[in-house]
Amino acid sequence: MNATRVNAVARADLRQLRESKDFWVPLSIIALFMFVVVPAVMLYVISTVQDPTLLAKLVDVVGRLPEPLRVRLAGAPPEVQASYTLAVYFFAPLVTLVPLTISSSISANTFVGERERGSGEFLAHSPASTVDIYLGKLIAALIPGYFTAVGGLVVYSAVVNLVVSTRTDGVLFPTGNWWVFMLWVMPPLLALAVALIVSISSRVTSGAAAQQASSLIALPIVILAYAVSEKSLFGSAWPAWIVGAIAWGGAAFAIWRGATTLDRERLLGIGS
Amino acid sequence: MGDAVIELAGVTRAFGDVVALDDFTLTVRAGGVTVLLGPNGAGKTTAVRVVTGGIVPKVGMVRVFGHDPCGPRGEWIRSRCGVVPARPALYDRLSGYENLRYAAELYGVPDAPGRIQDAARRFGIDHALGQRVGGYSTGMRARLALSRAVLHDPDLLLLDEPTAGLDPESARVVLALIDEMAEHGKAVVMCTHLLLEAEGLADQVVVMDEGRVLVAGTARDLTRRYWPSVTVLVDAEDPEMLDRCAAFPFVRSYERNGAAMIELEDREHVADLVDTLVADGVRLLRVEPRTPTLEELYFTVRKRR
Repeated sequence: MNATRVNAVARADLRQLRESKDFWVPLSIIALFMFVVVPAVMLYVISTVQDPTLLAKLVDVVGRLPEPLRVRLAGAPPEVQASYTLAVYFFAPLVTLVPLTISSSISANTFVGERERGSGEFLAHSPASTVDIYLGKLIAALIPGYFTAVGGLVVYSAVVNLVVSTRTDGVLFPTGNWWVFMLWVMPPLLALAVALIVSISSRVTSGAAAQQASSLIALPIVILAYAVSEKSLFGSAWPAWIVGAIAWGGAAFAIWRGATTLDRERLLGIGS
Repeated sequence: MGDAVIELAGVTRAFGDVVALDDFTLTVRAGGVTVLLGPNGAGKTTAVRVVTGGIVPKVGMVRVFGHDPCGPRGEWIRSRCGVVPARPALYDRLSGYENLRYAAELYGVPDAPGRIQDAARRFGIDHALGQRVGGYSTGMRARLALSRAVLHDPDLLLLDEPTAGLDPESARVVLALIDEMAEHGKAVVMCTHLLLEAEGLADQVVVMDEGRVLVAGTARDLTRRYWPSVTVLVDAEDPEMLDRCAAFPFVRSYERNGAAMIELEDREHVADLVDTLVADGVRLLRVEPRTPTLEELYFTVRKRR
């Protein structure tokens, strides 16, 4: 592997992405919607709810929270407890959805995009090894996803704390388990999805086919990520540690497999 | 010409039922220009791709700079090759400069900014380096692809239909590059189906069809092989005096329509023809041995298959 060439491939792809307003403007709008607009509106509505029946149901939900949290929220009004529950346990897992959508869209177009533009021929004749090319493209697809995940978490935290924490005792989000999820589970799940989709992109013949296949891969991973985040946030963090470890292994295998099975003929659109 | 740069022997590769290369053999030497001639689908592009290791042959031997491009020295081989594909293979969303910088990074070009400017200036696109390639004209794209191909000073230049769709000025730039590369001892391989542009350029002509070599050799050897006789265009102050040529023993055929077209048994008889006519008092205005064009060669080869 040649790090300079890996960097060159990744930077070229990222530069093209930066110039693709038709790609990142819609995704930025989705991110803004998911991380800011929807949570802000929902939290505001719930924190101002006055209906006693609805409040009773919300308190019932809060009653199912882990003991330490129940103690911590005990003094807050029911609508604030409900807002907190909604913010931490129902909306926050959406943090997984947007980055996976972004990364899978990018990765689906990596190789098939090169072939459709005809630029794959340049890479096929270049001295860069197929491993360099694969890793460069993988990194180019991962970076926007991770940045979105981290940026989304920061923005989302700010929204939650602004709306909810002002009425409770200090900053409540992100919780400790969230850091486990963001630093241990999210990266390999994203890498696993991207590695699989990039490999598919090198094999299919059209961008449409790559997008279809990427949806098939991204969906179960989104569901898995959502389930893990819910489980780890409602209970202890151990499921997150276990799933994270498995995901790291799976991602490493998928990357190795993808990097070693790519060949130059695929860059030329042969053998797809 | 120098050492063998490319050696292909018995190379065969099929894509499904389509045989792209069939027992294909080729040797290209340093300092020479080899032109692969053939219709679309003849296997020219596949041959270029085999040379860089882009396509792996199922059968046959491939050596480029003495090594297998699909082997461990493939990276080294590709770093010595400059390729101009049939489609320029550029990144439309990047600027011309960014396209060249990308290539410079992959090929490990030292002093990249200086080399990029030099290469762009050489092909007259330095003024447009800051623009996105998506806005380039066909000619500018071709010039940028050429700049990229020579950026790392390759020892082997592979051009696949490099002048297709180009204006005459851009096409001339391509042909000048080929000449210059060969003069500097580099090997050049050009695929084309435009016979006129290969005229006078090729040290070796390889006529291909259906993945096979129909005929290969220098233009002169092939001309001699297919046209052992020579045709001379002769004009005189009194053209009617030329009619006596029809009776000369070394003349195969004679035809006059204004000037005379005289087919001789071989090239050595041109001097005999001139001597005889001058001795007979014919005042000659023009004596021009006519060399068949590559186009004539190409169609003759295909006709005789």
